[in-house]
Amino acid sequence: MKITELPEEELVYGSFACAGCGGILAVRLALKVLGPRTVIVTTPSCLLGVTTFYPQLAFKVPCVNVTFPSTAAAVSGVATGLKRRGREDVHVLGVAGDGGTVDIGLQALSGAIERGHNFIFLCYDNEAYMNTGVQRSSSTPQGARTTTTPVGLRGKGEDRAKKDMMRIVAAHDIPYAATASIGYPQDYLRKVHKAKETKGPAYIHVLAPCPPGWGYPSHLTVHLARLAVQTGQWPLAEYEKGRLTQKKIDNPRPIEEYWSLQARFAHLLS
Amino acid sequence: MREYINGNEAVAQAVRLARVEVVAAYPITPQSPVVEEIAAQIARGELDAEYIRVESEHAALTACYGAAVTGMRVFTATSSQGLAYMFEMLHYVSGSRVPVVMAVANRGLAAPWTIWADHQDSIACRDTGWIQLYVETAQEALDTCLQAYRIAECPEVLTPVMVCLDGYVLSHTEEIVEIPAQEVVDAFLPPYKPREVVEPERPLVFGVGAGPDIYPAFKQAQQAAMDRARDVICRVDEEFYRIFGRRYGGLVVPYRCQGAEVVLVTLGATMGTVREVVDRLRQEGRRVGALRLRALRPFPAEELRRVLAGTRVVAVLDRNCSFGYEGAVCTEVKAALLGLEKPPAVAGFILGLGGQDIRQADIEDIFRRCLAASSGAVHQVAAAQS
Ligand code: SF4
Repeated sequence: MKITELPEEELVYGSFACAGCGGILAVRLALKVLGPRTVIVTTPSCLLGVTTFYPQLAFKVPCVNVTFPSTAAAVSGVATGLKRRGREDVHVLGVAGDGGTVDIGLQALSGAIERGHNFIFLCYDNEAYMNTGVQRSSSTPQGARTTTTPVGLRGKGEDRAKKDMMRIVAAHDIPYAATASIGYPQDYLRKVHKAKETKGPAYIHVLAPCPPGWGYPSHLTVHLARLAVQTGQWPLAEYEKGRLTQKKIDNPRPIEEYWSLQARFAHLLS
Repeated sequence: MREYINGNEAVAQAVRLARVEVVAAYPITPQSPVVEEIAAQIARGELDAEYIRVESEHAALTACYGAAVTGMRVFTATSSQGLAYMFEMLHYVSGSRVPVVMAVANRGLAAPWTIWADHQDSIACRDTGWIQLYVETAQEALDTCLQAYRIAECPEVLTPVMVCLDGYVLSHTEEIVEIPAQEVVDAFLPPYKPREVVEPERPLVFGVGAGPDIYPAFKQAQQAAMDRARDVICRVDEEFYRIFGRRYGGLVVPYRCQGAEVVLVTLGATMGTVREVVDRLRQEGRRVGALRLRALRPFPAEELRRVLAGTRVVAVLDRNCSFGYEGAVCTEVKAALLGLEKPPAVAGFILGLGGQDIRQADIEDIFRRCLAASSGAVHQVAAAQS
């Protein structure tokens, strides 16, 4: 899918997201590919907080909000109901942040993928619990400072590696899964398009930088999302027909370039 | 058609007759036979429904919520730890005003781990915004599940309903149950016609966020709907009677309360035992009666005052404990009776926790203690433990 082929129509606008929010950009682009015949299911997160506070609705499509662990369980119900109503032309898009996907939402996601409902699950990964104030999630990268992995006399930031969601969803033998970065929109849009065409569950894990959470000026969002890939911090991968493939990065750039632009890694450079 | 079935099967029959479209459930003792029977009905082609075999109770209720917002009539069933696991979703469903019907096979909560009956599970969910109806027989379980859809889907109410049946005592005990014909049920229970459903052409939010300026208005609306539910529950019970020839008294079920000096208030299947004791004591010339609360939420305070005015002592038999105070129903009954000019003394008894037998001798003991006590002393009556 070419960027020039994207429709003008905005299906999410007028949200309260911070300037430069990678998450809202990820959802906005995904909706452009999926189009208006979409239902969003989301969970208490930055996305819910910035789009659906009464009487506001920043989506031009219906939105079903649900409890934090439950995105994929609600998706299962919505997909089943729509199927029964003969509305299989509607895309059910579950959206959750890394906390709502990788941590508390993992059980429901596993259940929904395993049952094979027809849906797309989009995890916008900003690598911490941004909505509640930058606490560590199991998707926080090693070394990063968060409010629950502070740096001090005995604190060295996050000491565990990121949970590998792609291997987890691939282990379910999911029909389609991919990682993406909003810094590579063409690649991302192509993957959303593939997910849209997939019968059964599809999973997309998209890197979505967050200016206040990571500590960088908001105009750098797309730049950082690219650097994450170019420094080898964010692999662009696809799982299809039982095969996991990963885009090779020739001549990766030094990681310091990525770290030096963000407050969360500042302690690693001093 | 009359069949010899247990409470769980009766519930499953109601689900079939209600033409439920989506069932999402997770097995838990003693509820499991409900969902097994529903699965079998679907497999036999007797019920045209989607069955979502979820990975947890939390997901069961969530999937029901998701399906209900697309306009489906939904059902789930649970018990004990499973109900506790659903707790946060209970609020989400009631706050979103989604008419889910759920059967709860009442069971005690761990620790210590137990699988037997008491009411701790559903009583702990008393304040989640669900209507709670407690049944006495398998027949009432079937009939009440059918009524529950009418109540929950009534536009004046739009509130989920829990149909509570005592674990094992009702869930696994067989009795003769009249199973109504499909056409008759169809006449009583038309298809669910929600006002708003998920429709891509019509962007709406289900389960919005709300700030302090507007949140109370949502909650007031919920409270008002619960208040209206009192009438609706009674109306539906009467209409049910006209069609099926059976009725349960709406919110409260008094038994020989006329001129009674002591009345025992309780919930659920225990009422069967209580009736027998009342009959025997009445034969002895003792002025005793009993009252079963069919609805715990909305609470039938006015009906209680009407029936219990003039009673000297009201004994409350709780199969739950609000730790640090007393049986929860006891507190509620006391509060309701405060509205009377000369309120009766209220004595609380906690019995039957975790499946402990409630014997006729225990009930008789309660009655005799209350009859013997002067009204001043009744407050001192301690919780009985047989
Ligand atoms: S805190 Fe981060 S994720 Fe949340 S709205 Fe702001 S930029 Fe987006």
